[in-house]
Amino acid sequence: MKLDSNIPSGPLAQKWDKHKFEMKLVNPANKRKFDVIVVGSGLAGASAAATMAELGYRVKCFCFQDSPRRAHSIAAQGGINAAKNYANDGDSIYRLFYDTIKGGDFRSREANVYRLAQVSVNIIDQCVAQGVPFAREYGGLLTNRSFGGAQVSRTFYARGQTGQQLLLGAYQALCRQIGHGNVKMYPRTEMLELVVVDGQAKGIIARDLVTGEISAHAGDAVVLATGGYGNVFYLSTNAKGCNVTATWRAYKKGAAFANPCYTQIHPTCIPVSGDHQSKLTLMSESLRNDGRVWAPKKKGDTRPANQIPEDERDYLLERKYPSFGNLAPRDISSRAAKEVCDEGRGVGPGGLGVYLDFADAIKRLSLETVKERYGNLFEMYEKITGEDAYQTPMRIYPAVHYTMGGTWVDYNLMSSLPGLFVIGEANFSDHGANRLGASALMQGLADGYFILPYTIGNYFASQKPAKANVSHPEFKKALEDAGALTKRLLSINGKRSVTSFHRELGKLMWEKCGMARSTESLKEALARIPELRSEFWKNVKVTGETGSLNQDLEAAGRVADFLEFAELLCLDALTREESCGGHFRVEHQYPDGEAKRDDEHFAFVSAWEYQGPGKPPVLNKEPLTYEEVHMSTRSYK
Amino acid sequence: MNLTLKVWRQKDAKSPGRMVEYQAANIIPDMSFLEMLDVVNEGLIARGEEPIAFDSDCREGICGTCSLVINGIAHGGQRGTTACQLHMRHFQDGQTITIEPWRAKSFPVLKDLVTDRGAFDRIIQAGGFVSVNTGGTPDANALPVAKVDSDRAMDAAACIGCGACVAACKNASAMLFVSAKVSHLALLPQGKVERNQRVLNMVQQMDAEGFGNCTVTGSCEAVCPKEISLDFIARLNREYGKALLKGATGHKETV
Amino acid sequence: MSITNVFTSSIGKKYIMALTGMALFLFVVLHLLGNLQVFLGPEVLNRYGAFLQGNVELLWPARIVLLILVGLHIWSAIKLSAENKAARPQPYAQQELAAASYASRTMLMSGLIIAAFIVYHLLHFTVQVTAVNLTGKDFTKLMDAKQQHDVFAMMVTGFKQPVVVGAYVVAMFLLFLHLSHGVGAMFQSLGWKNPAHGPLIARFAEIISWFIFLGYISIPIAILLGYGSSYEGLTK
Repeated sequence: MKLDSNIPSGPLAQKWDKHKFEMKLVNPANKRKFDVIVVGSGLAGASAAATMAELGYRVKCFCFQDSPRRAHSIAAQGGINAAKNYANDGDSIYRLFYDTIKGGDFRSREANVYRLAQVSVNIIDQCVAQGVPFAREYGGLLTNRSFGGAQVSRTFYARGQTGQQLLLGAYQALCRQIGHGNVKMYPRTEMLELVVVDGQAKGIIARDLVTGEISAHAGDAVVLATGGYGNVFYLSTNAKGCNVTATWRAYKKGAAFANPCYTQIHPTCIPVSGDHQSKLTLMSESLRNDGRVWAPKKKGDTRPANQIPEDERDYLLERKYPSFGNLAPRDISSRAAKEVCDEGRGVGPGGLGVYLDFADAIKRLSLETVKERYGNLFEMYEKITGEDAYQTPMRIYPAVHYTMGGTWVDYNLMSSLPGLFVIGEANFSDHGANRLGASALMQGLADGYFILPYTIGNYFASQKPAKANVSHPEFKKALEDAGALTKRLLSINGKRSVTSFHRELGKLMWEKCGMARSTESLKEALARIPELRSEFWKNVKVTGETGSLNQDLEAAGRVADFLEFAELLCLDALTREESCGGHFRVEHQYPDGEAKRDDEHFAFVSAWEYQGPGKPPVLNKEPLTYEEVHMSTRSYK
Repeated sequence: MNLTLKVWRQKDAKSPGRMVEYQAANIIPDMSFLEMLDVVNEGLIARGEEPIAFDSDCREGICGTCSLVINGIAHGGQRGTTACQLHMRHFQDGQTITIEPWRAKSFPVLKDLVTDRGAFDRIIQAGGFVSVNTGGTPDANALPVAKVDSDRAMDAAACIGCGACVAACKNASAMLFVSAKVSHLALLPQGKVERNQRVLNMVQQMDAEGFGNCTVTGSCEAVCPKEISLDFIARLNREYGKALLKGATGHKETV
Repeated sequence: MSITNVFTSSIGKKYIMALTGMALFLFVVLHLLGNLQVFLGPEVLNRYGAFLQGNVELLWPARIVLLILVGLHIWSAIKLSAENKAARPQPYAQQELAAASYASRTMLMSGLIIAAFIVYHLLHFTVQVTAVNLTGKDFTKLMDAKQQHDVFAMMVTGFKQPVVVGAYVVAMFLLFLHLSHGVGAMFQSLGWKNPAHGPLIARFAEIISWFIFLGYISIPIAILLGYGSSYEGLTK
């Protein structure tokens, strides 16, 4: 496979403007001849569908949720970055670009990141015009807060519900176009197959989740905006429905999958309370500003926290990182917590947790101040755990939160399969090996509002609007394949539930390919996953029928894909013999435990190419060349 | 904990449904309500029965997907909490719990506890937006907005569109939902331009969907997981009256 | 869309309900103030009665307007209520109304009983049908010394009947219930409420409802307990 990133020539700062001028346009009268299929209706999907409809394309938009407003973008709490420099603290497009590249541990594509920083300012303008109620100063202008990985205040926010408000903005824009008849919306409809005709993506096969009807949809281009694959770990902060199916089926049709091993772990989540746990809940990292992280020094210490004397407590972050203390970066804090739990010093049910203690903060600042700063988070904690964190320390544990890897795309956000575009978390392009806080919302909206609508026109300009026909043999074949798979799942009628497989896979992935990965653990996982997969296909029990709403069947299809995808993730992790960002290989660390990156051998994007069932995928490398910035070691000492 | 559940089972939109009794054994108080249902479903699957269908997604109280009437109260009656955030420690061992779907003509049951809330989407499609295309918008700080207005708009915009207001209202009225969106946009200068036609269009669609009328009982406010205030309904009433008096026309903008 | 939408839209019908409700509420207050003159003695009350009866040009238009208001109020209530019923064809097996007060849930019932009471009240004291006053006396024949209709004697005679007094008290209690929800709701429906004034309106609604209830029942109860028994007009 030849991977051409299609990065425009010229100086970094002028690439996007130059490219916008050089891209071919589609005459307004011709736009309405092109059909675009958008799968997913989160920030990226909704904004792209709305914007393309405004431009005049005919859009079909699909989501598995009952309404486009429910996509998981809605759960983002913190905020959205933009290089507005409203705070007058020295921010600029270049600084946002640099922070993002550095935060991504020099594993992202320079030109994409620069463009992201450029359009970030337009996003805020757009959202305000839509009526997004961002936080404001008394003078009526917008206010900003600071966020991890940056020394400037550039994060715009709407209380703790920024993702929700941005999504509702995009959703409203989408609804406007649905109302005008420019977008046809298919809620409760899940994509099962990508249809490729003569080497170009020309449509999808989708299942109506209510009636069970499987139907073919043809278009001149297909846009996947289907989010990340964090649920391969079963427990994550992702929504229950988040899945890898769309990008995975696209991969099996020829769209390379890039950097699957880049997964982000968030240190301050509420720990697992038992085997019944269905998902994990994130709490704002700001808690670490005043809370102190500790674990008992003794193994298996079951005394309540307040009965453990001071000298028997290990303030692990303060001990290991004296200068950063409790504010050490996400990945480092997460690994430190994991280590003490591995040693058997974890607290709470199952020993999977460390304390985050506010006793000192309450003494130092008063109970009122702590309540004022973190009251809502303490409330949320109490809702879930039933514990009063003012009295006993909180328990926290890291959890999978975001996935930087995804379908490989070029500068135009087109995958290695012509006509297939991938945007938002579903692609790999902008965050490298680690994403900074408040950047996911920015990327989703940048792709959807300001990048894809331009670049897709460039693709169409070289295409004839061929009303791709669903009677084409490729559609018929894909339709049959999708139907057969559904039938096969229902016919196994084994002994184990879908969830039990998912849970086992998740546990395996978390233990062998989670926060810390080793050759040994990855090989174990790579040996176990095919076994589990084959057991799944022999012994899974899927109830119900295909011709109606069947949540068990939906889950089965998704888990079947996770069982294949997990193997690629582990393979990628095994192949990447370095530690960078969210990918930590225990063999590759400095004596003090810092991640050891290997720029000489691994400054490339791993784009995996499917070779057919049972055959190992081929690794294609897109070299990462930096024209503007110099690679340096991330240090938090 | 061991519980008795009385759950509404309905094969599909056309079939009649009925309450069916199930035993939920060995429930841990730390489980969320939905996790308790997961456990019951695992048991059903093991016995080869179809699991109880219910909607959920984010399971952290923000997506608005979960929609259960628990013991007669939408979302179960814990203030400001969705069903997914309700935990079993609030129930007693041996208790009988009834679980029903949202019930309203405009929210037809699709299966068991799953309903179709497309009516809410259609109300937004009728006018719940600001008509701006992407690009060409002024700088975000070009138009100052008083902090009080912005905060109040945010109070309304916090609505998650779950439909508990409709489920709890004795008239199955959608006024709280509609008022939240109308108020959010009417409070901001960006939304003021088309406030008249917006309110007329949205109310027209709300009526066409077959929701009931507001009789100011306050049940909606009491169950709203985002604690949206009844005051927004007063604002909606005011907006609607003003639009009618001004002789605004509600027909849609043309593009 | 035009102003006629008030008759077709949900919110419009609530405006009709609220505006007619407000006018009827004002009438109820004025009617009470007029009736309370009973405590100022027969002369004052009968003069007031003669004043009202003497202005036929005003009396009949007022009566007709009141009738139209009542008609519209009931029409909107029945229409809205039917829509509300239709909005939930399948009832809950178990339903706890999270906040709805008893008064708010029984507006239609209390309203319809009050309507029936109004019919009785009109037959009793306005048309003065002998059959309904349970005293056997013809109220139209009661005249005072000035040859005006002896309203005072009529009231005292009428409210000497415990059954009648009981009916009036029950009806006034229902009116109290109806208003305790209705007065606040009318501000809400017309959009004349905001977070700042909301608590004041709620307080006003509570006080005025009690005032109306106590004011109205004070008359029959006082008479039943002996007020006005010594009035010489009774013996005629």
